[in-house]
Amino acid sequence: MNDGGPGAGTGGAGGARGPMSSVKQTGAEFETILIRGYRPEIDRAQERVLSALERLGYPDASRFAVRLAMEEAITNAFHHGHKGLGPEDPIRLDFCAAPERVELIVEDQGPGFDPGAVPDPTKDENLEVPTGRGLLLMRAYMSEVEFNERGNRVRMVYRRPDLARGEGPAAAAAAEKTGDNSGC
Amino acid sequence: MAATSSRLRVRRDGDVTQVEFIDRNILDEANIQQIGEEISRLVDATPTPKLLVSFANVDHLSSAALGTLITINNKVKDRNGQLRLANIDPQIYEVFKITKLDRIFQIHETSEKAMASFQ
Repeated sequence: MNDGGPGAGTGGAGGARGPMSSVKQTGAEFETILIRGYRPEIDRAQERVLSALERLGYPDASRFAVRLAMEEAITNAFHHGHKGLGPEDPIRLDFCAAPERVELIVEDQGPGFDPGAVPDPTKDENLEVPTGRGLLLMRAYMSEVEFNERGNRVRMVYRRPDLARGEGPAAAAAAEKTGDNSGC
Repeated sequence: MAATSSRLRVRRDGDVTQVEFIDRNILDEANIQQIGEEISRLVDATPTPKLLVSFANVDHLSSAALGTLITINNKVKDRNGQLRLANIDPQIYEVFKITKLDRIFQIHETSEKAMASFQ
């Protein structure tokens, strides 16, 4: 009955840049949101992801992890990616939330960067440097973090630890419910 | 005597300035900047600052907030002062551990323990 049309999943409200949102038959929710460089827009976008996780029963620790990684990715996109662009130039957030897995893609319109060139902030000589920890936190809290070649798009995957594939009856139930693939 | 600024609750206890955050989420860059400025003014107000920052109300913070704390720590050190952090939620403490910032900050479980640690 639900074929994944726009607005089917998360209410489809939102401002002039109304998001495309949907619920897949697997129970996954996905949405594309354009975010301009204003805090209320960032907060609204994050709230959509976090409320999807809440509906899917993710524990508090998972929502903490996803929120932190998402915050860092969005901040990086505006701060570094969009340096020289105005707040009206949006970044794009794609997310797909399934019962056992969340995927987030943050893409900016900047020239990209080389994530390998970011110094390790945990080295003694960098510990008192105030910046450069966003990437470390994204990698620490997410299961996968990968950039495109240009370095203007990051894809992050979070796997719900208590429902990881092949771990106990809950995982089997989740797999059965969602199919082998999560729908994301 | 208690004074209230827009982002912090500030209290003096002897020669220690106690600061508590009003916001539950320290994510918004403009707020973080304001917090940094407000605490910097408190640090500047005494020759050798003793500052206790309590995270009792804080649920979330970002790397930008950590950056501001580092800047404050550097400033306090420059003035031969002492900075203590306290009441950090376990999830947020994990962020300090991952970033290894637990090595540069003196973190205490409670305000009482932090107060007792000032020299």
